[in-house]
Amino acid sequence: MTSLVIAEHDNASIRGATLNTVTAAAHCGGDVHVLVAGSGAGAAAAAAAQIAGVTKVLHADNECLAHGLAENMTAQILAVAANYSHILFPATASGKNVAPRLAAKLDVGQISDVTKVESADTFERPIYAGNAVATVQSLDATKVLTVRTTGFDPAAATGGSAAVETIAAVQASAQSTYLGAEIAKNDRPELTAAKVIVAGGRALGSAEKFNEFMVPLADKLGAALGASRAAVDAGYAPNDWQVGQTGKIVAPQLYIACGISGAIQHLAGMKDSKVIVAINKDAEAPIFSVADYGLEADLFVAVPELLAAL
Amino acid sequence: MKVLVAVKRVVDYNVKVRVKSDGTGVDTANVKMSMNPFDEIAIEEAVRLREKGVVTEVVAVSCGVVQCQETLRTAMAIGADRAILVETLEELQPLAVAKLLKALVDKEQPGLVILGKQAIDDDCNQTGQMLAALADMPQGTFASKVEIVDGKATITREVDGGSESVSLTLPAVITSDLRLNEPRYVTLPNIMKAKKKQLDIFTPEALGVNVSPRIKTLKVVEPPKRSAGIKVPDVATLVAKLKTEAKVI
Repeated sequence: MTSLVIAEHDNASIRGATLNTVTAAAHCGGDVHVLVAGSGAGAAAAAAAQIAGVTKVLHADNECLAHGLAENMTAQILAVAANYSHILFPATASGKNVAPRLAAKLDVGQISDVTKVESADTFERPIYAGNAVATVQSLDATKVLTVRTTGFDPAAATGGSAAVETIAAVQASAQSTYLGAEIAKNDRPELTAAKVIVAGGRALGSAEKFNEFMVPLADKLGAALGASRAAVDAGYAPNDWQVGQTGKIVAPQLYIACGISGAIQHLAGMKDSKVIVAINKDAEAPIFSVADYGLEADLFVAVPELLAAL
Repeated sequence: MKVLVAVKRVVDYNVKVRVKSDGTGVDTANVKMSMNPFDEIAIEEAVRLREKGVVTEVVAVSCGVVQCQETLRTAMAIGADRAILVETLEELQPLAVAKLLKALVDKEQPGLVILGKQAIDDDCNQTGQMLAALADMPQGTFASKVEIVDGKATITREVDGGSESVSLTLPAVITSDLRLNEPRYVTLPNIMKAKKKQLDIFTPEALGVNVSPRIKTLKVVEPPKRSAGIKVPDVATLVAKLKTEAKVI
């Protein structure tokens, strides 16, 4: 029994989500290998070799793997899939894009958002926006999983000394071409890994107010910025800030929800936070049912007060 | 060019589901059912493509119990031209649905297949990708914008750090994300017209597909409950609690 973790990386280094996925792989039992498929990804492969608990790194390098296109990634993983009982991806946008395509090519089911590994074939996962937790058993010989990173501690990034094996890279699919990306660059911690998150809802009323009230608070706390779907739909915050059932799933030490009503779908994304603070002037807002500390107040008054008091 | 759109009948998004005390699943008896919200967005996108003259026919497909016909009538009220139900009482998982859709893709030969990114009941986010694999088509998942020009689809995708664009040859599979469009309200005249539109029914057997589940559900339980919180009277109290009690700042 051997697991293959499909690394999330930027060719220069390994992304944190990979470390949580390595832990999940270790829980499945057996050895853990990592596949680094990219372009000019030697540094990422070398970094993967240092992850504690990893015994082998497969490195496939080709221009067509530079941006994680599903068609090319799937073909690349298929080339080695027969050697593995478990193939794990972090439940990130890339992982969720590729894992099911791979599973179908292997004619096996896929298990999404695994939060706990009970045994080599039995896993826990949330359903109905996290309002229920299912324990499921795979009946297939190969298990293809996406792993909810908040469910597993990250493996140590150093301490391992795996061998790096170069494998032949696939050719580019003629069906799919990468055109470009608009990825925000900033110094904030990544939402899914942040210890503190400050999140704003539709009550902020405009992108300007969102920036004016949320950003200084996030800066003061060294926090990541999140938003409700309503705020993103209204254009007050970019889509990658959305926390919720179909957005980012987060579990920080501290989550401060400002002007967020707390719809079921939003709670799905943040109810595993260690401490939840809610600031909302509506006493009946559902967010108060999950908040450890609820402040019934107008956020336009309370947030600057909070900033001053910190 | 024909476009196939898959729609799923799910527990309505406003319903707070209850887990059955015997651990076998979620209580769906007498609960309001609706079209999966992402699938409404998929139908809307297909109808807009027809209104722009990019596609000629929108075919809605659903798989499951006979009541899925209601979901298909809603799809036709939004604007789908006709519908297909693959009727079965079996529990359908994404791989099985993808195989059923592949059989229909072989029959109908669409230039595009659009699905919702994920169903809000099982939260799998798999069927579109699986269909693309089985049909050997490229995939544009989590789409926030779709443009079809000269036999190619340019898709803008919502990804973890922002968005990215890909160009796919047709036929292709697209899955819709929240901001792809805002579905139109269904009007009464369109609901009436939808009752008369063509709805064909098949079975998995007739399509030659084995839909046996590959994943067995052993039990379903409630998530751990959070202990009740408190209301604080002012910011000063909040900060004090966060420092001394919760110790998170």
